[in-house]
Amino acid sequence: MTMRPDPTFHASPKLAMEAPPESFAYTLLLSPDFSKPDALAVIDVKPGSKTYSQIVHTVTMPNKGDEFHHFGWNACSSALSPLTGHAFVERRYLIIPGLRSSRIYIVDTKPDPTQAKIHKIIEPEEVFDKTGYSRPHTIHCGPDGIYVSTLGGGGKDGTKGPPGVFIMDCETFDVLGRWEIDRGPQTLHYDFWWNLPRDYMVSSEWALPPQFENGIVPEDLLGNKYGHRLHFWDLRARRNVQTIDLGANHQMALEVRPAHDPVREYGFVGVVVDTTNLEGSIWTWWREGGKFHIEKTATIPAEPAPKEKLPPLLQGFGAVPPLVTDIDLSMDDRFLYVSCWGTGEMRQYDVSDPRKPKLAGSVHIGGIARRTPHPNGKAFTGGPQMVEISRDGKRVYWTNSLYSSWDDQFYPDGVPGAKVMANVGPNGGLELARDYFVSFPDGYRAHQIRLEGGDCSTDSFCYPSVWN
Amino acid sequence: MSEAGSAALWLGIVASGLYHGINPGMGWPLAVAAGLMEKSPRALFGALLPLSVGHLLAMLLVLLPFALLMVLVEWQRQIQAGASLLVIAFGLARLLNPRHPRALARIPPTQLGLWSFAVAIAHGAGLMILPFYLGLCQPPGIHDGHAAAAGVVNQNLAMALLVALVHTAAMITAGGCLAWLVYRYLGVRFVAQSWFNLDTVWALSLVLVGAVALTINLAGWH
Repeated sequence: MTMRPDPTFHASPKLAMEAPPESFAYTLLLSPDFSKPDALAVIDVKPGSKTYSQIVHTVTMPNKGDEFHHFGWNACSSALSPLTGHAFVERRYLIIPGLRSSRIYIVDTKPDPTQAKIHKIIEPEEVFDKTGYSRPHTIHCGPDGIYVSTLGGGGKDGTKGPPGVFIMDCETFDVLGRWEIDRGPQTLHYDFWWNLPRDYMVSSEWALPPQFENGIVPEDLLGNKYGHRLHFWDLRARRNVQTIDLGANHQMALEVRPAHDPVREYGFVGVVVDTTNLEGSIWTWWREGGKFHIEKTATIPAEPAPKEKLPPLLQGFGAVPPLVTDIDLSMDDRFLYVSCWGTGEMRQYDVSDPRKPKLAGSVHIGGIARRTPHPNGKAFTGGPQMVEISRDGKRVYWTNSLYSSWDDQFYPDGVPGAKVMANVGPNGGLELARDYFVSFPDGYRAHQIRLEGGDCSTDSFCYPSVWN
Repeated sequence: MSEAGSAALWLGIVASGLYHGINPGMGWPLAVAAGLMEKSPRALFGALLPLSVGHLLAMLLVLLPFALLMVLVEWQRQIQAGASLLVIAFGLARLLNPRHPRALARIPPTQLGLWSFAVAIAHGAGLMILPFYLGLCQPPGIHDGHAAAAGVVNQNLAMALLVALVHTAAMITAGGCLAWLVYRYLGVRFVAQSWFNLDTVWALSLVLVGAVALTINLAGWH
């Protein structure tokens, strides 16, 4: 309990952009063969620092086989919600779920990120018993608690009952219980986010655990059995109000990125692959007249490649799908970054007109067939995957691993952890920074990134930006 | 009661109204957000109306039962002492457990009146003015009989309404002015800058108001 609101809480996206730049980046490390415990790496990102672009601290977990994936803060700018009026919590604890183990670690980042340590461990049984869900994934700090999406329901393989969202207390970290009161037709889950003042939430679909834990199931993919719907919810009523099917061929609708400015009632979602032509796509959803609408607004084609450059999974297709596995929207809602993990490309779209994204920048690095090295000469295996944008929109960071068993199918030669950064031009354009390349300890892969003081996929705002 | 005493009580009612008004927990940031979201000052002032109605009803919910109770003439002092103890106890409870009922988080942002009513109840905003109100209630003569008692009830009810209205008017004036200043001149940055953790101060205010009323009550007894 503090006397003043946390200085990293901002009323509007514009104020978040004007805040001091990040000095540290947190990155999750996972041991793909479960031989070592997963870890949290703290990386120095302060230009001019002696340890710039190096790991300065590591929090190693006491268990093996957790499979870290996504993580988030206990509290963020949403605590300034005018409906709360008591923003006296701190952005202090990182909530790190083990996607495979369902164990949740709470890591304390105070007094300094370089002294981060485990504060509490929530054992899987507590999650199972109190929620009936398993495989916790996305973390969002809401004004009334921590929201956690899960990918699995009950039972050993997570197929007993649908997965959903549960809530944790943002101070005691007690698991409070299921969030949904009426889930409607929702039976799969992946990402979710919201517009707090407009009181709605949007959630997406990946797959049930048997469809991802041991690798992608090609028959299920070609049979269009992965998720392809978007769900819209009344946030406070906890009720599904609308479900839109993108069409069964649009397999795996993953990251949901609403505009940060709450007056803008639109957002984006990325679709990994279209099974009719292997292309990836960006969709824009919006609310109009009380109803939600969605349309495909950008597509990224597959790239033909010789068989010998392809893993067995893709040899029959003779092409590399772009595999849009992550997207992220800059704080001013101007640029949408799109990870093409298969073709090894990071794309930057100008989405000033949200239903007409315009390609504004692109860099190639890694890729199944292209295998583009970093401009500093170092090899970059895998492709651009988890992407995070600095609050001021000037730097874009990304890592290269997707998910242990899927990495092995698409990149059989392995995906040693790497993290790079690109500078953004004032009017768009992307250029990889030669002096930023984080290598991780042997045997670790790198996944999601969180920036000190908040980033573009963490904070949600309750007041609009006022641009002068 | 002396005129000075009565004036002090009214001052307390107005002062508590101003205090509630500038407290962000009572809703002025909602008026700022409403104005900014709709890009219209009219939306800001439109939000003030349900906020004041909710606050007014929360005041009346606390005051009206006491307006009726006060007809029990011979128990008047005990009722006043009991009310003071209630206010102190609520203040202490807020001190020991400053967390808010989770149910508050279920109220949608479109229900500003309900929200205002619920937060005022949850914070004991009505209790804070209860001792002032009881001080203003006219004590009836011991032998005035039923007709007079009925008159007293009416007087007490009218006084409760007046106290709640004056308090709420002060509250919405302070909150409305602050909301307008932030909306028009200071900018949303002020929302976070202006927030101090008043939880402890608020709880202590309740204890203080209750304790002063109890002391006066006990002093008059002997």
